[in-house]
Amino acid sequence: MASKKNIPEINASSQADIAFTVLIFFLVVSTMDVDTGIVRVLPPMPDPNVKQEDIKVKERNLFLVFVSGSGQLMAGGKVMDLRQLKDKAKEFILNPMDDENLPEKKEQTFDMPDGSKWTFPVSEGVISLQNTRDTDYQVYIRVQNELTRAFNEVRDDVSMTKFGKKFSDLEEDQRKIITKAVPLKISEAEPRKMGK
Amino acid sequence: MAVMKKKGEREVPAMSTTSLPDVVYIILFFFMLSTSMRDQELLVRYRLPEATEVQKLEKKSLVSYIHVGVPILSMQAKYGTAPLIQLNDSYKTTQDILDFVAGERDKMNENDRALMTICLKADGNTKMGMIADVKQELRRANALKISYASSKLLSY
Repeated sequence: MASKKNIPEINASSQADIAFTVLIFFLVVSTMDVDTGIVRVLPPMPDPNVKQEDIKVKERNLFLVFVSGSGQLMAGGKVMDLRQLKDKAKEFILNPMDDENLPEKKEQTFDMPDGSKWTFPVSEGVISLQNTRDTDYQVYIRVQNELTRAFNEVRDDVSMTKFGKKFSDLEEDQRKIITKAVPLKISEAEPRKMGK
Repeated sequence: MAVMKKKGEREVPAMSTTSLPDVVYIILFFFMLSTSMRDQELLVRYRLPEATEVQKLEKKSLVSYIHVGVPILSMQAKYGTAPLIQLNDSYKTTQDILDFVAGERDKMNENDRALMTICLKADGNTKMGMIADVKQELRRANALKISYASSKLLSY
């Protein structure tokens, strides 16, 4: 008891106030939101010195999706509702019945992480997304979203049959193989001028 | 009763608040770790489009932002209500994107430069012509990884 009286404790009651002040400062200046978005890789700019040859894609390998300025959607030559697009795109990617009007497939062999080989018919199809300059960004993103959804569902299906797991639950090297087996081939063309 | 007062030392003592700072510090550290600093003031207003198939942008240090939208109210008198591009802290045009990307690239580590991602935060009502111009400039600047920022929606 005597020693306590000699050296009094430092009063720590204001430390809470200091900590609260710093806490409130951080609450104000920081943001909590995580940025989410649809990730795409743009094609590199063609070299102007090298003459570009048009890459010929067979008609059956091309799925043209056109979004007009008024938000109407045309896919594969038909006017379509946004809700139909995903299934149409899935059918195009997979071509389950080996239809002659749907894309060709090329057998490719992948080296599995466990050393075995796996052959999968990789689709040659390319989805070409076109729009006009007065298309709303919101509509464009919705269409991009539907196409991404189609690819994600196909990837899920393929990884489910191969690995018995969803694509998002796969290991890094397994995911790479599925990504190669179902490549995300969406070509974003430059917008058309109006009236063309 | 006077006797009772003398024995007052035996009363329940005041609750010790010495551990309160510790608790507050724990909350503070949680916030410091889970949030990121607001690094720039927005000069444009936008409502991001909505999508279900979104991916998170993992490393903030690899991400550069391009904002496209209508100027904020206090700036509308000067700049009008047409959508504008904001790079860093001012309104820019598409021609400035090349320099912007070069500058952002300079700030990064040499190893990270290939992983640079452009996060395009654009208002849903922007016309694609403007977005296409931005995309074209990004291609020219060789910043090819982009993310169309959209808010996550569980289902339509």
